Amino acid sequence: MIALVAGPLDVRAVEDAVRDDAFGAILTFTGVARNSFGGRPVRALHYEAWAGVAEREMRKVADDVAARWPKVRVAIAHRVGPVAIGEAAVVIAVGAPHRGDAYAASRHAIDTLKANVPIWKKELYEDGEEWIANRP
Amino acid sequence: MRVTLLYFAVLRERRGTSTEVVELPAGTTAATAFDHLFPGLGLPVAYAVNQEMVPGSTPLADGDELAFLPPLGGG
Repeated sequence: MIALVAGPLDVRAVEDAVRDDAFGAILTFTGVARNSFGGRPVRALHYEAWAGVAEREMRKVADDVAARWPKVRVAIAHRVGPVAIGEAAVVIAVGAPHRGDAYAASRHAIDTLKANVPIWKKELYEDGEEWIANRP
Repeated sequence: MRVTLLYFAVLRERRGTSTEVVELPAGTTAATAFDHLFPGLGLPVAYAVNQEMVPGSTPLADGDELAFLPPLGGG
């Protein structure tokens, strides 16, 4: 599963996409909308994606993980549009025979997504708004 | 030559549109097109021509689609 979703993410559905009887580990990373940035209160987020290309780049993330960890399966869902504080902005589920590969692949997947997938985040404050870049 | 430009996030807001077709002189590169449209902006952008990432020095051709990608914020 690779998906851009304009509404709440179904974490269980993302996990189910990587479920396999051969897997002893399913690891889920959930990136959540936080209520502050650098000490400044944040009231909501807004995500914008380059539709079509973002999904293609998310697929490349999954393919890259599969090339590095051939026994691992990855599913990725990312929000677009408004995201309330406390809601999931991104869910990455990794299934693997053993936990070691699952942890490594999960970390690699979120780091690669942040670096390569054309998605942008705006933070909305009480007194303004700002587009926020990922740190390298 | 005519080039279709795509804007996202802060660039879309500044330009007031997500896409437009512009006439550019022959020899224009992805980076010089950006400097022409957003003079002095000083934002580190990446470039995609026909949906493939390219260096800013890439020359444009008639009919190209050029996307300016401001710093990413996914995840």
